[in-house]
Amino acid sequence: MFLDSSDSIEKFGLDFIFSRNWDPVREEFGALTFIYGTIVSSFLALLISLPISIGVAVFLSEIVHKSVRTSLSFLIEILAAIPSIIYGFWGIFVLAPFMRTTIQPFLQSVFGFLPFFQGTMYGTGLLTASIILAIMITPIITAITRDVLKAIPVSQKEAAYALGATKWEGIKMALLNARSGILGGAVLGLGRAIGETMAVTMVIGNKAQIKASLFEPAYTMASVIANEFAEASGGLQVSSLIEVGLILFGVTFIVNSMARLLIYSVTRKA
Amino acid sequence: MTAEKVFKNPANLKRRKFVNSLMIFLCVVSSVLTILPLLYIFIYTTQSGISALNIDFFTKLPKPVGETGGGMANAIVGSGILIGIGGLIGIPIGILGGIYIAEYSKSFLAGVIKFTTDVLSGVPSIVVGIFAYGVVVLSMQSFSALAGGFALGILMIPTVTKITEEMLKLVPQSLREASLALGVSRWKTTLKVVLKTASSGIITGVLLAIARAAGETAPLLFTAFGNSFWQTRLDQPIAALPLQIFVYAISPYEDWHRQAWAGAFVLIFLVFVVNFLVRFVTRNKYS
Repeated sequence: MFLDSSDSIEKFGLDFIFSRNWDPVREEFGALTFIYGTIVSSFLALLISLPISIGVAVFLSEIVHKSVRTSLSFLIEILAAIPSIIYGFWGIFVLAPFMRTTIQPFLQSVFGFLPFFQGTMYGTGLLTASIILAIMITPIITAITRDVLKAIPVSQKEAAYALGATKWEGIKMALLNARSGILGGAVLGLGRAIGETMAVTMVIGNKAQIKASLFEPAYTMASVIANEFAEASGGLQVSSLIEVGLILFGVTFIVNSMARLLIYSVTRKA
Repeated sequence: MTAEKVFKNPANLKRRKFVNSLMIFLCVVSSVLTILPLLYIFIYTTQSGISALNIDFFTKLPKPVGETGGGMANAIVGSGILIGIGGLIGIPIGILGGIYIAEYSKSFLAGVIKFTTDVLSGVPSIVVGIFAYGVVVLSMQSFSALAGGFALGILMIPTVTKITEEMLKLVPQSLREASLALGVSRWKTTLKVVLKTASSGIITGVLLAIARAAGETAPLLFTAFGNSFWQTRLDQPIAALPLQIFVYAISPYEDWHRQAWAGAFVLIFLVFVVNFLVRFVTRNKYS
């Protein structure tokens, strides 16, 4: 991949990362808008998904009865197995209209003074993409959090209960002890969100721009590759797209390695 | 405040109990929030899919815009071919890798392979697509079924490896020892005893990998490319079910949307069946 992108690396150098231009006609390529779209949508997804995932993991491992646990965790596993194209399809026809008619007007009326929630409501856009991503990464973070919680010795929690702690206080302590593993799960989910292609491409609006509003359409690294690669006209455009892919690969590789090391560090002790 | 004061103050206890119930309530809420989209997607896809599903869908070629009817027969066959090629590449490599990690887990190389497959499973599928493009499409000078299958094969490797490793680790150590004690060599023990004991688990793992590969879209965009005609040659662009769904879903035509929903239903049905199957087999055997 490095070899295939050498044309664009030679021509644009570091500017590739900092330039907002993406103009196949004039053969000027810069990836900043895509990097921005990827970062914002993934982190927003993580922000939405992390508390929910921890809640589910705690619910599954500490609160609910065993019979419910197996069927519930099975359902969540299936959530992870649904192809992303179906999430995207559902996003276009169900979530986006719902966002346009219900959620976005609500957000605008309550938080309208913030720049994030201003502007026209299209339904598709950064926020919608983030919500779809959040749904997709929740099963991953939940599964890891559960495994990590399982690795925390039961005796610690029992000691806390023996001292008169409430259930939540015991859980909180376990969560604190498991924090580096949970962080690993979160980073793993982030890596998945960064690389997710189809669902995002279908709901993010695909417009190369950087705007403060989360209602605005944006573009991510993965979706620009998906949309333009097959129809790329010149060798330079292909080369630039491959460089975008190379950046994507580098980022996800680093993110995933970090996540794995964090998770290993917790589960290996058990 | 000392610990004694914290525990004996009744107001404090009330607050702690309130926080306790609040947090547990929030946990329940988040679980419901997670399950809702699943049910919604499943019910919605089934509803819109079943009404559009008919015999034509499985037996006919796509019709041009404006004509109603037609089906996705070529895409279904195409997906089958792509998965076949992918399986030929991904399954043997995955199983061998899994065997190595599980049976020779003390060696340094096994640790490296384990880490690599873990990281590989996190590489975005579109990046794998670019890799396949660089390796196969550029050297053959054409989009092809082979390139698509190659991409799917790479994507299958981590899943198969992971499952194989887990299943082999469930095989009791005493079985291996018994076989070795009878003077059977190591590779024969692995092949005839360990692998055979774990075979049903591994088969379900392979099914899982196939179900996942069947739904992959991103890496096929510029490897298999799609095709609206019958096409079974391996060196030509070929249609695939998820690609067809993508093209139909973002089109403005009502009739195409219906077809896409039918396709989505077929995919989601496949995922559900395979997952239930896996669940069923692993539960009976190992717990």
